[in-house]
Amino acid sequence: MRVSEHWLRTFVDPGRDTAELAERLTMSGLEVESVEPAAPPFSGVVVARILSVVPHPNADRLRLCTVDAGDEPLAIVCGAPNAAAGMTVPCAREGATLPGGVTIRRAAVRGVESRGMLCSAKELGLSDDASGLLALDASLAPGRDLRDALALDDAILTLKLTPNRADCLSMTGVARDLAAVTDRPWTAPDCSPVAVASARVREVRIDEPEACPRFGGRLIEGIDPSRPTPGWMKTRLERSGIRSISALVDITNYVMLELGQPMHAYDARHLDGAIVVRFAREGEKLTLLNGDVLDLEGDLLLVCDRNKPLGLAGIMGGEHSGIAADTTDVYLEAACWNPAVIQGRMRRLGFSSDAGYRFERGVDPELGPAAIERASALVLAICGGRAGPRTDVKARLPERRPVRVRSSRIARLLGVGVPADESGRIFARLGLEPRRDGDDFTVTPPSWRFDLAIEEDFVEEVARVRGYERIPSTPAAHVQTMLPRPEGRRSAFAARRAFAARDWQEIVTFGFVSSDVERALSGDAADPAPVRVLNPIAAQRDVMRTTLVPGLIETLRTNAARRETRVRLFEVGRVFRRGPDGVAQPIRVGGLAWGDAWPEHWGGPRRAVDLYDVKGDLEAILHPNRLRTAAAAHPALHPGRSASMSVGGRDCGWLGELHPRLVRTFGLATAPVVFEIDLDALVERAVPAGRPVSRQPTVRRDLALELPDQVPVQMLLDALDAARPPFVVTIRPFDVFRGGSVGPGRTSVAIRVLMQDTARTLTATEIDGAMAALAGVAQREFRATLRSQEPPR
Amino acid sequence: MSDLDSIVQAALADFAAAGDPAVLENAKARYLGKAGALTAALRTLGTLPAEERRAAGARINTAKERLEAALVARRDALAESKLAHALAAEALDVSLPGRGAGTGGLHPLSLTLERVEALFSTLGFTVADGPEIEDDFHNFTALNTPENHPARSMHDTFYVDGGLLLRTHTSPIQVRWMETHPPPIKIIAPGRVYRVDSDATHSPMFHQVEGLWIDTDVSFADLKGVVAEFLRRFFEREDLAVRFRPSFFPFTEPSVEIDMSFGEGWLEIAGAGQVHPNVLSAVGIDPERWQGFAFGMGPDRLAMLRYGVDDLRLFYENDLAFLRQFA
Repeated sequence: MRVSEHWLRTFVDPGRDTAELAERLTMSGLEVESVEPAAPPFSGVVVARILSVVPHPNADRLRLCTVDAGDEPLAIVCGAPNAAAGMTVPCAREGATLPGGVTIRRAAVRGVESRGMLCSAKELGLSDDASGLLALDASLAPGRDLRDALALDDAILTLKLTPNRADCLSMTGVARDLAAVTDRPWTAPDCSPVAVASARVREVRIDEPEACPRFGGRLIEGIDPSRPTPGWMKTRLERSGIRSISALVDITNYVMLELGQPMHAYDARHLDGAIVVRFAREGEKLTLLNGDVLDLEGDLLLVCDRNKPLGLAGIMGGEHSGIAADTTDVYLEAACWNPAVIQGRMRRLGFSSDAGYRFERGVDPELGPAAIERASALVLAICGGRAGPRTDVKARLPERRPVRVRSSRIARLLGVGVPADESGRIFARLGLEPRRDGDDFTVTPPSWRFDLAIEEDFVEEVARVRGYERIPSTPAAHVQTMLPRPEGRRSAFAARRAFAARDWQEIVTFGFVSSDVERALSGDAADPAPVRVLNPIAAQRDVMRTTLVPGLIETLRTNAARRETRVRLFEVGRVFRRGPDGVAQPIRVGGLAWGDAWPEHWGGPRRAVDLYDVKGDLEAILHPNRLRTAAAAHPALHPGRSASMSVGGRDCGWLGELHPRLVRTFGLATAPVVFEIDLDALVERAVPAGRPVSRQPTVRRDLALELPDQVPVQMLLDALDAARPPFVVTIRPFDVFRGGSVGPGRTSVAIRVLMQDTARTLTATEIDGAMAALAGVAQREFRATLRSQEPPR
Repeated sequence: MSDLDSIVQAALADFAAAGDPAVLENAKARYLGKAGALTAALRTLGTLPAEERRAAGARINTAKERLEAALVARRDALAESKLAHALAAEALDVSLPGRGAGTGGLHPLSLTLERVEALFSTLGFTVADGPEIEDDFHNFTALNTPENHPARSMHDTFYVDGGLLLRTHTSPIQVRWMETHPPPIKIIAPGRVYRVDSDATHSPMFHQVEGLWIDTDVSFADLKGVVAEFLRRFFEREDLAVRFRPSFFPFTEPSVEIDMSFGEGWLEIAGAGQVHPNVLSAVGIDPERWQGFAFGMGPDRLAMLRYGVDDLRLFYENDLAFLRQFA
């Protein structure tokens, strides 16, 4: 909300300058977001009346004005097209300084002396209007300083009010709270009843007492619709961010800004019979003041007359019954609406209004009569007319329940005791009608405070008015408990650091991705479909990711476009998959390696990264857990270079080269290797259990085999492992090749076997027997042929 | 005897002149070999009279020992020189760059979250986690924010299929924790959150860390102490100013907005307050017996201030040139 400091100070003197005032408001919970001057600095500009205008003797576009600027008439050359005798305008006199630092001096303009300058709004920094001279209110006296005449030495405080402080959505609301907080008096505007000069009333019927606690109205007849809004009111409206429309509409807005009561003015010509408050009926339509045509739904509350809706209660009036240029009889409404019948409606309808904004937060139900009287007085003063009797129909006013507030509770919650006398004074200043009972109080929230209902609310009031700065900042001195640190689980940060140590860069990408990319990655088998975002921030962020791959590929593309030639990325994040029990949201670690296997080096060969590079990193990061991979199809991966991953017999992810089709789809030069694995598999690890180390010599033997191509080496290793005698401690492949001397369809696999007994040296018979047994398994189970049993190297 | 001296002198000269082991061994043969000059001199002993033989023998032996010592010294010298040449030939330019893997790194937001978790763990806060796709109850209703409450407009929410939403804060983690853990409770809840908002200071996905401490007497004064101390430790600035001003959140009462300052101007850094009794009641905790505070702050903001990053979007663009600065 925009608050004119000048206007605010007409209600309360907080005894502080602008900066201190802003600080005090902020520290009492009414945050001042910004303080801006109402006008830029300038000086020496006064109100002037143009006495005469004659053509400039030497220039077609210029004219010579004689103006009354308070003393002797001045001759001023002026180029403005709207300069006319009788007009009241700003005049920068000799010596004046304009915004931007321009100083006005006596000068000859095309041979004619000019003693000052008549100004447009733009030249004074008051608006962007440079079309002509700024027309001032004719009632202003020539010679008066313009800053004073227009109250330009004002500051606009922009308040960022929290939703609970609807009571401060008006000048008097802010003034009232400021007065309570600073312990100063404040003055309410004069809202005494106007003289009733007509007997005409309009009957009001409230069909929904829960929705409409109170409805006030008054008919004023015989006004002059041609009367303009006074300058002072225009200025205050403009500084509050509201455009001036017509005197009647401006008056209702002014009263809303001043008192906080939204009002509506109807052209009484278009009202037919009694005012009725009811919910909309099936099939009803209403054209609003903003031109929207609504098909009304049953939860929209309406103000109607005998046979038609007039407006959306508390939100916006209808076009038909609105104020027009020839309105002479006006019906003023100041009602109270239950926030529950306003809340959510504007969001649903897709527009908002100042009235609705206030009503959904709560408007003081006691304000209506004062607002009607205040508005009536302004109408009569500005537009004339005859006021009828004021109607005030009460239905079910909100209850104001007294609340018990214990000093002990204040002390316990805040961590500091507040003397009961002080709390009592604060309650009184806030209008809470405190009744004291020992150290405790019974307080009653005032009608304008919708946010005060429970004891804690009042504790906050005490803290707020005293100042949060007066609550001590104590070090945490409570019972301390040592946190568990399970050794069988490292932190996700430790896992991240393991990746970083092996040359992987962490990224963070959005949880929502493009459904097109999701579909491309999951093939036609996208079942179940990804979770859809109903109101995406952009069309290409319309589903929740089911894997981390979209973010990895998007990041690769961004960086490849920036000439990166080697990219190794990982992300730790949740993926989202529909399951039988709702959406599963496991945390996964995804990675992508692309380009060279190693950074470019002066002394080494270059090679593209491949699946085994990435698997090697994962093996190292998973150590001491053992990673196993097995061929497994994945829609996003090259069918011959795609693996499932498991750790400890549990399936935990997949690894492989991006499918060549997708490499093309994403416009990549070469295929990246990608993987995804459960975070749990990366962080869980057994607590080490030490065993004695054998001091016996190690025997090494190699087994050179040729296998049919389709046998995965891991399967052979598993079979050998199952058949090994206990003293065989290691079986691992150390050389694998195809082609050359190896026949087609066959792969040569050389396997190193390490043997070591825990207690004694192995005999040649045991060693040869073990090797024969292993070779036998390979031959029998895998149709392997023995190349040779090479001696140890 | 001048003969013997000249032999020695000639031999020493030849040894010294030998530039490699073969030449040296040839020289040795010329003097100390079977046909060598000194060996020949030794053979002449027999021709001397008996009384001279002893003295002459001693002189020849001395000469022989001297030559042998010179020979060994020269052999060592030649070997040394050969090694020195070999070593010189093997020299590397040690100034060239090393070989091996490059350097990865953690995302700056991870660095920040790790630091936040580490600092709070020293005060005994456990880390809690929860789902990002949430239901309305845990994200709003249980937090004293019923449907249509104007406070909901503080959070522009993403909605997804199945009547669910993307959590707008990590508070639902607190609710889920309170549903399953009796007090006392002392947790922080870090994680990703989502709001419909995007500009230089807002990202539709960002991070939050919330804290919750419930015990019998955890007060607003404790909240001030914990948050102020955290900020000073996080930024490693004892001169950091922290300001607490009244605010509003549906789930806390009293509520506070926390600003900090490095000297000029205040920066909003956290929202906090004493947990609202309705929130405690909603999860079956008696608000007359238990009380405490909750706070929420933005790791993105913390990271921006800590590392001097002025555009939030940089964290989510994942430009490697940017990320590499945070290894």
